[in-house]
Amino acid sequence: MLIHEHSKPGRKGAPQAPVSKADLSDIPSNLLRQDSAALPEVSEMQAVRHYTRLSQKNFAIDTHFYPLGSCTMKYNPRACNSLAQLPGFLSQHPLTPDELNQGYLACMHELQLMLCEAMGMAAFSLAPMAGAQGEFAGIAMIDAYHKANDDDGRKEILVPDAAHGTNPATATMCGFNVREIPTLDNGDVDIDALQQAVGPQTAGLMLTNPSTLGVFERQIEKIADIVHAVGGLLYYDGANLNAILGKIRPGDMGFDVIHTNLHKTFSTPHGGGGPGSGAVGVAERLIPFLPLPLVSQDNAGYHLVKEQDAPQSIGRLSAFMGNAGVLIRAYVYMRLLGRDGMARVSEFATLNANYMMAEARRRGFELAIPDRRASHEFIITLKREASELHVTAMDFAKRLLDLGYHAPTTYFPLLVPECLLIEPTESEAKEALDGFMDALEQIRQEAESNPEVVTTAPHTLPVKRLDEVRAARQLDLAWKPEA
Amino acid sequence: MPFIPHTEEEISQMLEVIGIDSTEALFDEIPSHLRTSGLDGIPEGMTEMEISRLMHKRASQNTDAVCFIGAGAYEHHIPAAVWQLTTRGEYYTAYTPYQAEASQGTLQLTYEFQSMMTALTDMDVSNASLYDGASALAEAVLMAIRGNRKSKSRKVLIPRTVHPTYRKTTETIVTGQNIDLLEVDYDLAAGTVQLDALKQAATDAGGDITAVVIQQPNFFGALEDIDAITDWAHENRILVISITNPLSLAVLKPPGQWGSENTGVDIACGDGQPLGAPMSCGGPYYGFLCSTSALVRQMPGRIVGRTIDVDGKEGFVLTLQAREQHIRRSKATSNICTNQGLVVTASTIHMAILGPEGLENTAAACHANTTSLVAQLTDIDGVRYAFSSPYFHEAVLVLDQPVTAVLEALAERGILGGYDLGAEYPELGNALLVCATELRSEEDINAYQAALEAALDVETRQKEIA
Repeated sequence: MLIHEHSKPGRKGAPQAPVSKADLSDIPSNLLRQDSAALPEVSEMQAVRHYTRLSQKNFAIDTHFYPLGSCTMKYNPRACNSLAQLPGFLSQHPLTPDELNQGYLACMHELQLMLCEAMGMAAFSLAPMAGAQGEFAGIAMIDAYHKANDDDGRKEILVPDAAHGTNPATATMCGFNVREIPTLDNGDVDIDALQQAVGPQTAGLMLTNPSTLGVFERQIEKIADIVHAVGGLLYYDGANLNAILGKIRPGDMGFDVIHTNLHKTFSTPHGGGGPGSGAVGVAERLIPFLPLPLVSQDNAGYHLVKEQDAPQSIGRLSAFMGNAGVLIRAYVYMRLLGRDGMARVSEFATLNANYMMAEARRRGFELAIPDRRASHEFIITLKREASELHVTAMDFAKRLLDLGYHAPTTYFPLLVPECLLIEPTESEAKEALDGFMDALEQIRQEAESNPEVVTTAPHTLPVKRLDEVRAARQLDLAWKPEA
Repeated sequence: MPFIPHTEEEISQMLEVIGIDSTEALFDEIPSHLRTSGLDGIPEGMTEMEISRLMHKRASQNTDAVCFIGAGAYEHHIPAAVWQLTTRGEYYTAYTPYQAEASQGTLQLTYEFQSMMTALTDMDVSNASLYDGASALAEAVLMAIRGNRKSKSRKVLIPRTVHPTYRKTTETIVTGQNIDLLEVDYDLAAGTVQLDALKQAATDAGGDITAVVIQQPNFFGALEDIDAITDWAHENRILVISITNPLSLAVLKPPGQWGSENTGVDIACGDGQPLGAPMSCGGPYYGFLCSTSALVRQMPGRIVGRTIDVDGKEGFVLTLQAREQHIRRSKATSNICTNQGLVVTASTIHMAILGPEGLENTAAACHANTTSLVAQLTDIDGVRYAFSSPYFHEAVLVLDQPVTAVLEALAERGILGGYDLGAEYPELGNALLVCATELRSEEDINAYQAALEAALDVETRQKEIA
């Protein structure tokens, strides 16, 4: 039942607004609204009950194991939330003069420095509001760098075929042509193909390392050399940083520009689809191009860098400070972890993934890349189950929901048929991992003995399988009052 | 070992299953000479008690002065229930609803959000949000370029009465795609863009214009002649993109009805912050994007649709995903994936609790308070309202002294006096943008008046310095 269906004309909410409507007669009537917006009229308790009940129809990290590959669904410490909601932060206007905003700016300056250290980069900007915007900023900086060197012919961005869809979409948004580089069966980039592809048209290469196939790119130094040798730059997609935090730094691998996903690695909440934060870091030569705002420090305190002092910046990506409240949460998380805690994150994320992979092998599941060390995630391919039992990865995913587990990422990366990309994260205990593997095994047994229970799953959730074709063909995107 | 549950015994068991001796072996594919020796530049970890003490101290270093700044972010009352519900773990720690059956809460809420935004804007469709108002404008421009098949020019008119950082953000984002953003100047007396100026700009650009952007109320708080501009644009096959403050739409003509015949704009965007998001140093807020049905397939970002399950029961899914990057890759409408879901959750609950009357009364109170503020401040010698146009809840004042020093003097008296327009609009002289939302009491406004009187009195100030 929609909130609109609880509505009754004339029903008042709680006293959350002035009780009467002030005079608007000084505004010309042709600029005023003549009707009343068709918003629900409910009591405060009805609203509270409705949205409490809706929340209970969600799976979340706080309620379920959520091994969504490449999304890093780790525990979100509550302190990060409550400290970001202190009135001194919450009630601060973004255009408050710097000298009255020192507490916030101090946190942001330290966050920039900690990210530089953790990633091995020379400077960081906290401006991008999500991973995709961080990618945009990174590629725009690569473009600006080449143009600043009067090197205008570089029209091509190279992207491995295992990459996230945002990579090619970003390159296109920045005005580049995209060329895909194939991946070998062992998960490494096809070096020969890369060597063939690079040239004076190459602006850069976008790489995720460890890749979305769940393995570390062993040829990274060679790749960096090949791209740099033709004058291209190396872009690091930070989606999988949880695998290497404190173990190896993108800057030390030769990357020139990197985006981080603070909502993954640094545990800010995913919030049902954002807000994220895609802070970008660069090597020395790209510093002038960083997006604004940036926070600097001098003897007088902390300041936002002025536009006239950053003439080569790619510019602004938001009206104000990016997702400031998310940045505070990431800051708190990093301070809680400290330097040793960071290395433990990747250590235990990787331990959990490799343990699950070993268990999957022991239990007879086919692994996409069986002979490699897993990163913080790994891939099971269910192509045998799909062809012999006619039970697909999608069916497994839906049945897992019945058994109390959020499904892994399905059908990504696109290179592996019928795949489940499984990322447990460091915050899950062994019994959760075992329980999940037991569930997978149970589903395979069901697929053999009683496949219908799998192919028609889920059975225990608020709804059964939904008609997506109907949703796209008979578009119903908003409730409208009856005419 | 923060947030890691493993016991020593479990670690041994797990290593044995993997077939290695220590966790160090997990990283044996990484070239050893590239390994990090230790992150010396990062401090030692803290306990929750320690970080709590630090953050309370930092928060207290921020000002608690009374805020009269608007300029795109506004301090409004938010019902206590809004963020208490929003930070329930089931909303706070869920992700993008890829598994629809396990995400009906977020999906239905997003559908309700889309319904509320289409109601407020009186547009046909809404997406599930973009990052903020400024980046929403950039996406709206890109959407108009894709959507206006009758125009070949890729030229977009943007008046200087549009928020300066919205214009800058749009410039940053569309710059790689051969789009011309043509700035159009405003009328100094009115504080609004004149239709003649738009016509002239179109003629100067060769006649073929793809879209025109209009902000209502504009950055100065002044009200533009939306009907005439919309009519002219549509007569010339120019798409109209509106930027509006969604709270203002409770009382101002919604974009879906702009034009003398109420034909409406093509794309309506803006920042949702005034509907339930605290100012929070600048974010997270969210951008909203609504359009006519004709343009829905050009829309960027997530969209939720209502459908049925195999038993015919109502349910909600992400739909029209063929537009998006995870399917279309380099041919997607945008690279956006994560948006601002949690803030949308708050905003939806906020709108449900306030209801249409609560939003109308809030919007009208903002207008009334700003009207009082302007009246009281312009009573002071050397202060005048800059323009002839009516305004909503912000207004430009012109002072007889440089704004910077006045704002500093006001801050010393516990008043954040507004936004200094000097850098962006030097032609306005000593211009200050002020705003009084429903939260500013009569007492606050009186205090501002007294403080400004004192701040403008040079003798008083000199005495203070001495």
